[in-house]
Amino acid sequence: MNKVIGIFTKDSFLVPLVAILLGLICGAIAMLAGGFDPILAYQSLLEKVFGDVYNFGETIRQITPLIFTGLSVAFAFRTGLFNIGAEGQLVIGMIASVYAGVVFDLPPGIHAVVALLIGGIAGGLWGAFVGWLKATRGVHEVITSIMMNWIALYFANWVLQTFLVPEGQQRSENIKDSAVLTIGWLSQMFDSARLHWGTAIALLGAVAFFVILWKTKTGFELRAVGLNPHASEYAGMNVNRNVVKAMFIGGLFAGLGGACEVLGVFHYQAVMAALPGYGFDGIAVALIGGNTPFGVVLGAILFGILTFGATGMKFGAGVPVELIRVVIASVIFFVAAHGIVRLFLKPVLNRKKKEAV
Amino acid sequence: MDWGMIISNLIHDTIVFSTALIFAALGGVFSERSGVVNIALEGMMVIGAFAGAVVTYFMQPSELAPWFGLLAAVIAGAIFSLPHAVASITFKSDQTVSGVALNFLAVGLAVYLTKIIFNGAGQTETLKVVFSKWEIPVLSDIPVLGHAIFEAYPTSYIAFILVFVAWYVIYKTPFGLRIRAVGEHPRAADTVGINVNRTRYIAVILSGALAAMGGATIALTTTSNFSHNTVSGQGFIAIAAMIFGKWHPVGAMGAALFFGVAQAVKSLVQVFGLTKYVPIEFIYMLPYILTIFVLAGFVGRSSAPAASGKPYDTGSR
Repeated sequence: MNKVIGIFTKDSFLVPLVAILLGLICGAIAMLAGGFDPILAYQSLLEKVFGDVYNFGETIRQITPLIFTGLSVAFAFRTGLFNIGAEGQLVIGMIASVYAGVVFDLPPGIHAVVALLIGGIAGGLWGAFVGWLKATRGVHEVITSIMMNWIALYFANWVLQTFLVPEGQQRSENIKDSAVLTIGWLSQMFDSARLHWGTAIALLGAVAFFVILWKTKTGFELRAVGLNPHASEYAGMNVNRNVVKAMFIGGLFAGLGGACEVLGVFHYQAVMAALPGYGFDGIAVALIGGNTPFGVVLGAILFGILTFGATGMKFGAGVPVELIRVVIASVIFFVAAHGIVRLFLKPVLNRKKKEAV
Repeated sequence: MDWGMIISNLIHDTIVFSTALIFAALGGVFSERSGVVNIALEGMMVIGAFAGAVVTYFMQPSELAPWFGLLAAVIAGAIFSLPHAVASITFKSDQTVSGVALNFLAVGLAVYLTKIIFNGAGQTETLKVVFSKWEIPVLSDIPVLGHAIFEAYPTSYIAFILVFVAWYVIYKTPFGLRIRAVGEHPRAADTVGINVNRTRYIAVILSGALAAMGGATIALTTTSNFSHNTVSGQGFIAIAAMIFGKWHPVGAMGAALFFGVAQAVKSLVQVFGLTKYVPIEFIYMLPYILTIFVLAGFVGRSSAPAASGKPYDTGSR
């Protein structure tokens, strides 16, 4: 029993929890300032998500890419890299798999798997390039990934306009039926909410994340490099190769996320005016999840519920949907500035210490 | 259209597009020179564009409305940069994450408030009074160059003046020396009695004010309103300009002008139907690709201030 309490009062658990609470409070303050009823708003958010099967299914759809990008960011973090580029890797995954889905001619099932893998690998290579620049030229990954995000956006649009979008249209043709990842019967059960195999793949990805990092030699090396590159180098590990590897696997997760969006949800790709944002949300998910696979899944569920439920807040309490961005931003901010959170936690932790004495 | 006209228009447009980038890149220079990474330039520009547009809207029809808008942007940007300063200086948090959070917050907050103020519309109403171009007497009559350089928005003149002010402050004043010292070697600076944290606070707040001015410039000259995509990535181009300009005000200005040319050429390329040969998307990509080249040392090496991104802890060695 004490062990259970121990888990729940551990810093790694309390800090995100308090950060989420503070984020929701910031949102409530913004709502009060705007003349809205925060309690009604949060209530309608939950009602939207859990009110009927269709919306519940759509929330699962919303959560799926967040698991992927969360895993992507978290994996790189474990090797000491900040993958702010999950966004671009996701976009590249999308464009590669939509290309494979539209152009290739393969039997059903195999086509989907091929398109999925191409999306994942394309995202992985996009990430690996950043890792390669870091390893060979010593360029900090944050700046290059930001630049690569925008390059990805325009590159994807160029591929779309040049190869996939029919004259005068704004989106590609639909992918062939053989490449579709949607689960028909499950979607019907959920009132035709767009459910697809991607969710299962994402959860498998979380398992793979755990197995790779904590059960294999590769994972040991990756984590060692993350904890102390100099010691790892001294111990005979190839730091540069591990940096590229970590960015490839991180990019792979994000690329798969993008592929699943295209193959499972939309079945086409529209010309983008801006980056879709899943990759940036992935940073929040990874941070709140403490860069552990289980934490990432929980974080993705939380942010999926918040973003999807935002439309419910609009409907039920008249609150503009952008408010939820304020909440998420505050949560990220408080996780980053955990010093501030600890300030709030001080009374609680002090009491615990006294009891221990 | 003869070549003189074309070149004249090209320079003219370049200056228009570069102005916002110059402001924001200068902001980046101040912050990073003091050792605080500022990914949040984008968000600070968004807040500036929002504050500038809203205040201008309510000060209309006064002729001075855009000036009040610009002033409001400076104040809003300075205030908005505070959380970043508190998190990354006082609480020694990860500066990149804090910057990412502020970028999120800026768009969310600005559009949320816009919707409240303008009854649910995602953008402000079109501003009737914005900055109008100043024609410098006599000089603007010079053929070609007159229209190109001496017929510009007042904000452009301010931007160019600020470049040299920034250069003077950073390289010729004790305050600038302190900024550079805390960005290169905070421990040494601390030892000789410089207050590291205070210097960094001032630099970050300056950077917020400058970036916000850049954002306001976009709203008050080119778009005449504020919406979620008024800034759309220009803050990141400003970061690119700062790196390309090797963390130097004049260098950053040069890079901003260069990226401005890329944008100005865009419209020219479309007019002449050159998009058949060079896809427009590749012109969009150019600033980002060049930045990677520069960072990778393919086009002249540039390296960041040594303590950039590292919180200063008095207790550490």
